[in-house]
Amino acid sequence: MKVDQHVKPPFEAVVQQHGATVLRVVRAVVGHADADDAWSDTFLAALKAYPRLPADANIEAWLVTIAHRKAIDITRGNSRRAVPVADTSDSPAPERADPHDLDLDAAVGALPPKQRQAVAYHYLAGLPYAEIAVILDSSVAAARRAGADGIATLRRTYPLIDTPRDQQ
Amino acid sequence: MTNLKQHFPIDQNHLQLLHARLETDAQTGDLLDIAYRTVDSAVGPLLLAATRSGLLRVAFASEGHDSVLQSLSERISPRILEAPTRLDPTARQLDEYFTGHRHSFDVALDWSLSHGFRRTVLEHLNTDVTYGATASYAALARLSGSPKAVRAVGTACATNPIPIVVPCHRVIRSDGTVGAYRGGPGAKRALLDLEKELDLGKELDLGKER
Repeated sequence: MKVDQHVKPPFEAVVQQHGATVLRVVRAVVGHADADDAWSDTFLAALKAYPRLPADANIEAWLVTIAHRKAIDITRGNSRRAVPVADTSDSPAPERADPHDLDLDAAVGALPPKQRQAVAYHYLAGLPYAEIAVILDSSVAAARRAGADGIATLRRTYPLIDTPRDQQ
Repeated sequence: MTNLKQHFPIDQNHLQLLHARLETDAQTGDLLDIAYRTVDSAVGPLLLAATRSGLLRVAFASEGHDSVLQSLSERISPRILEAPTRLDPTARQLDEYFTGHRHSFDVALDWSLSHGFRRTVLEHLNTDVTYGATASYAALARLSGSPKAVRAVGTACATNPIPIVVPCHRVIRSDGTVGAYRGGPGAKRALLDLEKELDLGKELDLGKER
């Protein structure tokens, strides 16, 4: 029998270590407007399930899996609630405490969902495609292709992607 | 090399807001098994941890707050968040204690970390040895109903999970030396001196006695 030498850290350590990564991932997958809800739903569900998580589990992959499901719930909820509204894209963006790049949001948001997810989980969370395939319920090859296609499209639609941010 | 991460900058203040929301949601959803915070005190930074039933642990910096939290995660529950609100009454009362305005604590205690005879000893200590007084290990053994168990009383005091609030600093050796203490002999001495000092002051503000 394998002796389990891992110890489970207090949940606070999980939030400290992975909070920023999960926020990047959900911002890419559901967009800024819904990201806070997705982050909160993810960590609350994680807190609930945490005592049952095996001590040697890959915590980041586990969190991204939860975030993936919560993002789907939020996206579905939005489309159910969706009502036609006037196009407000010309109105000035409100002053935000947390500025973000609207062009990047638009470019990432325009990717097909599978590509957007594969890009977020690989390039933002750093997960290997083997893990991403499990989350997306696809083959490893298909996950890898989605990630590669997604990042290739982003290079076209958002060329600044390869430029370090402080040089922009 | 694509570094997409740097195009998603994260503001620490925003993460703090999300953390605060998680604290509230966890509390509302009854998922916050252990809440903790740290406070500054005359004997250094103290870690305070509480379950729903009450104050579970007070830890000195010398114990290593991270390793104390790790141990709580293993022994009680890993559902632990830094969530100060639950500890507000304890923090306020400790502040009053260290400034001499409080002589006994009025917070619920969670005794989960103490069992059997050790718990009996600590409960007696908590009710029978009052502010400004001291007791010998032998006297506390008698109070606990096992006059011969002086050594076991020493262990119970040395492993008290809720020091300061449960006043094991008031238990000293029969020869008058302070004896072992979880926060070190210096902290024990400081607490005894604090209570002695304020004992003198007691006559001056008797009207304020609770």
